[in-house]
Amino acid sequence: MQQMLHRRAALCAFTAVAAIALGAAAPAPTALVKIGNFTFAPQVLTVSPGTTVTWDNEDDTPHTVVANDKSFRSKAMDTDERYSMTFTKPGTYDYFCSLHPHMTAKIVVKAP
Amino acid sequence: MTEHPSRRRILECMGWAGTGLVWSVGGGVLSSVSLDRAMAAPKSAVTPFTFLQVSDSHIGFAKDPNPDARATFREAVAKIKAMPAKPAFILHTGDITQLSKDQEFDDADQILKEAGLPVFHVPGEHDMLDEGTGAAYLARYGKGTLGDGWYSFDHGGVHFVGLVNVRELQGGGMGHLGQAQIDWLTKDLAGRSSSTPIVVFTHIPMWTVYADWGWGTDDSAQALGLLRRFGSVTVLNGHIHQVLQKVEGHIAFHTARSTAFPQPAPGQASSPGPLKVPAGELRNVLGVRTLTVTLGSQPLTLVDAALAV
Repeated sequence: MQQMLHRRAALCAFTAVAAIALGAAAPAPTALVKIGNFTFAPQVLTVSPGTTVTWDNEDDTPHTVVANDKSFRSKAMDTDERYSMTFTKPGTYDYFCSLHPHMTAKIVVKAP
Repeated sequence: MTEHPSRRRILECMGWAGTGLVWSVGGGVLSSVSLDRAMAAPKSAVTPFTFLQVSDSHIGFAKDPNPDARATFREAVAKIKAMPAKPAFILHTGDITQLSKDQEFDDADQILKEAGLPVFHVPGEHDMLDEGTGAAYLARYGKGTLGDGWYSFDHGGVHFVGLVNVRELQGGGMGHLGQAQIDWLTKDLAGRSSSTPIVVFTHIPMWTVYADWGWGTDDSAQALGLLRRFGSVTVLNGHIHQVLQKVEGHIAFHTARSTAFPQPAPGQASSPGPLKVPAGELRNVLGVRTLTVTLGSQPLTLVDAALAV
């Protein structure tokens, strides 16, 4: 009987440890797009679903980020301001700057 | 017995009429037209007057080369106040603010009020950055306008048309008028005599100055087609922070200086951002434009005055 209890305890402990290990989430993936000299860098950024993309405006003029399909739109980012968007659905998201629409780029979301 | 002038005498008089000039003064600017033309011209429906164009005040901008766009805008208005002949009104061709903030719009209005003249606005893309992408601009200046803020009015026999080409811009595109606005313009111009001088004012240039930097309006062709039949058309734009002009038949296009900062000439820099100039140079590249309307069939006279002058 005691042997069974020990085994059960070990099993429980093992399960608990396993559950904690599985339950502890890996940090959410992030990626960065730098805006400078009227350019998005990189112009094509490929990320996995669940990634939070942050745009950082390093230019000396304000910029915005607007999805062609209107799925996201930032406020105007002045110099050193940022905007973040978490992409969950796979797909290609073309976007541009609404102040300078000749500035275009895209985020490609696909499972690794 | 009535005296009949001799044939010789008649010819002498005709000869004189051909070389005579009529000088007129409108708003302090002299202009001339030959006497025979003046005598032949139908009585003009245009009364001479001057008006002003200011543009790209970018209230809120405070970077190289201008630490205080409010200050330089105030200087521009002080210049306007000091003009010996009082202009009829001011046209502001957009980018009133830097970031469409309430404080920026408020300050721009307050500074312009000092000029003591009516102001007619059209928005720039920097005026479309509020939550409602243009709702803030319309709340302030939308009275009497349609759609995104377009409208027209008449003054002294001249027809003024304010267009909006900065709303709902598309990725990879340039300025855009949209079909609704073009349809309105068609109706607005219909039935007007082609001798009516027209002044169109809108933010982004109506001709393609430089496509790589989005300096153009992708659907302006239809609008320009509507304007082609008129004898005198002046298109006033801002956006590029420098004076450039182009003439196509009877249509004269003029872009204007900013009162905040200059931008590079097309293709002369890697991007169209603010052009950094030494502090002592700044007021040479910022300015205000005075336009004078004299006789209806004559093109408008333009004087671009730098803030430094």
